[in-house]
Amino acid sequence: MRLIRFDDWAKPVPPVRREVLSATPELDEGKPPVLFVPGFGHGAWVFAEFWLEHAAGRGFAAHAVSPRGHGGSAGSPKATLRAYAHDVVQAAASLPRQAVLVGHGAGALVVERALARYPARAAVLAAPVLGGWATFGAAVRRNPGGTLPAIFGGRLRLRRRQLFSREVPDAVAKAYAGRLGRASARAQWQLLLHRAPEPAVGDPPVLVVGSPDDRVVPASALTRAARRYGGAPLLFPGMGHDLMLDARWREPIDAILDWLEKGGS
Amino acid sequence: MTTSTDHDSATLWRDGRPVYDRGETVCVVGAGPSGLAAVKNLREHGFGVDCYERETGVGGGWNWRHDRSPVYASAHPVSSKPLTQYPDFPMPDDWPDYPHHSQVLAYLERYADHFDLRPHIWFGTEVVKVEPADGMRWDVTTRSTGGYGAERTHRYAAVVVANGHNWSPNLPAYDGLDDFKGRVIHASAYKDPAELRGKRVLVIGGGNTGCDIAVEAAQQASRCWHSTRRGYWYAPKYLLGRPADQFHDAILRLRLPLRLRQWLLQRILRLAVGDLRRFGMRRPDHKVFETHPIVNSQLIYHVGHGGIAPVPDVARFRQYSVELADGTEVEPDVVVAATGYQPRFEFLAPEALAATAEGRPRLHLHAFSRRHPTLAVAGLIESDSGILPLVHWQTVAIARWLRLREAAPQRAGEFWAGTVAKEPDRRWTGAKVKDTPRHWFEVSHVDYLRALQKMIDGLAGARA
Repeated sequence: MRLIRFDDWAKPVPPVRREVLSATPELDEGKPPVLFVPGFGHGAWVFAEFWLEHAAGRGFAAHAVSPRGHGGSAGSPKATLRAYAHDVVQAAASLPRQAVLVGHGAGALVVERALARYPARAAVLAAPVLGGWATFGAAVRRNPGGTLPAIFGGRLRLRRRQLFSREVPDAVAKAYAGRLGRASARAQWQLLLHRAPEPAVGDPPVLVVGSPDDRVVPASALTRAARRYGGAPLLFPGMGHDLMLDARWREPIDAILDWLEKGGS
Repeated sequence: MTTSTDHDSATLWRDGRPVYDRGETVCVVGAGPSGLAAVKNLREHGFGVDCYERETGVGGGWNWRHDRSPVYASAHPVSSKPLTQYPDFPMPDDWPDYPHHSQVLAYLERYADHFDLRPHIWFGTEVVKVEPADGMRWDVTTRSTGGYGAERTHRYAAVVVANGHNWSPNLPAYDGLDDFKGRVIHASAYKDPAELRGKRVLVIGGGNTGCDIAVEAAQQASRCWHSTRRGYWYAPKYLLGRPADQFHDAILRLRLPLRLRQWLLQRILRLAVGDLRRFGMRRPDHKVFETHPIVNSQLIYHVGHGGIAPVPDVARFRQYSVELADGTEVEPDVVVAATGYQPRFEFLAPEALAATAEGRPRLHLHAFSRRHPTLAVAGLIESDSGILPLVHWQTVAIARWLRLREAAPQRAGEFWAGTVAKEPDRRWTGAKVKDTPRHWFEVSHVDYLRALQKMIDGLAGARA
């Protein structure tokens, strides 16, 4: 726990216009609101496809925020992980009740940082890209053409077949991939080189979900991430990296909501 | 929500009155900014909490509906958002750097709702007595605000006092005050500049409130005298295009020696604000940081426009005039005394807080009673930042301390003996702060948080 926070005091993150997409249940059953955070290049729209409505149908107010430079939020070419985490904390604090944070891909890395500044009720890291050299090595081996330009500030590109399983029709996968944007060059570099996040405040339970057939996050990385929070990952074989857009999107979101209904532990 | 105490059977007695046992529950006195942080952080650490609030809403002094609220229509914090908000619940990005007091209240209400604190607060209930009981527990006697209904006593495992220190007006006993025919009000009763319109006004007090009221009088009153005891450093709200406190923290971050920092800041203020003697004001008789910072961009502007006449301290009141320290007399219709507030803890015996003869509690880190490990005070500080960032960590430290006591009494005892009981009173500020009644609990936020950090780390270490 760090009490002295000169960055926050002397150099607050400048505000930008933020996009938050929401789906709310017709009847408030007192379930906690859920805030989804997309990974690099993705926007809030990836959750608006299926997961938001589905969560609302199960009684959870569901929201998705686009970090700056993503989706419908204002551009910010020099954004850092800290600025993305700021956007997440702002969106969470604007909800009427204490929220659950769900981060996907590199959004999980952003959520880990947000947890140090906001006492979430619980957190879910879905197919988390937590960075580091091992992840980089795997990415270069699998997709050198999409990874190497990022070293020089170019866009980090993931191939369609890394993101989606074969069950997603080609045309649909192509349309999704066409909507992807990019994170700032700085944030991409920070995937590789970043300080470990400060510890989470308020000691929230953390769940890790992913797919053993994810071609971005190896199964070993999922196990490692889950172990850090004292658990094992929930696995959904046969799915691609983008769990919320894949053909069987229903399974992971149902598992996440079941976990939350059981009190998140 | 905790179960209603009405159904608990009294199995304990004190002086022939029943005492209802609340088990391991912690009592918090007051639901202002400090009390809310205490309730939230105690709950977060797994405690049951009963919070008593004499008013019917949260926000304490920031809630203008409360009779004891000191806020006036134009009141704004003098610290900017990052140094005003709770560190784990930021104010919205689309609010201004310095939010209006009604926004601060809205923020506190949102905090209470977001973390679902209201079910733990007993509104309209005031605390009459807090007395030590067996086993380091506390008997808290409450009644409906205003004295209706019977008194009830509950026994708690610990008490966190968060009753605020800006509600009991401090009015100096000036000579001849009773004979004065004009109107004298304390700043706590001042709400709206319309009260000053067309009047001749004397504002006493060079604090932030005094300066704010003088600025309003400059625009509404027919004349305004502003009386201060000494010359002060007036920081503008913005320096080099940034909120002054953020600019100041950028300097603090360099960890320069205090002397150098004082020199640097005095140079900057000289450049930005100028030599105050040109305006007929006195030169500060102290270095910067030695009194509570005054942040006001408009005071000097209005002095320059002739709206405010700076005058020395008040010597005595006469029937129709006020005599000043330099012998001159002014004839105001209205005197506004912005002479501050006094902390008061009537429900606690002075020994419990080891209070001095003047009634200043002597507490470890201005928060922990050295005598009673289960008694703490939250928010009894004045800082060069807002209070909320400090009171958050104070209450985290209190919650962690109580947790450790419960989980490992032996190690908690060692920790207490080693750090809390032994450490002498300290001032959590590098500068030699002026020893006036309003400055004894002045801290510098960085020095103070470093000390709290040490305590929180120590508690974590003792736990492991």
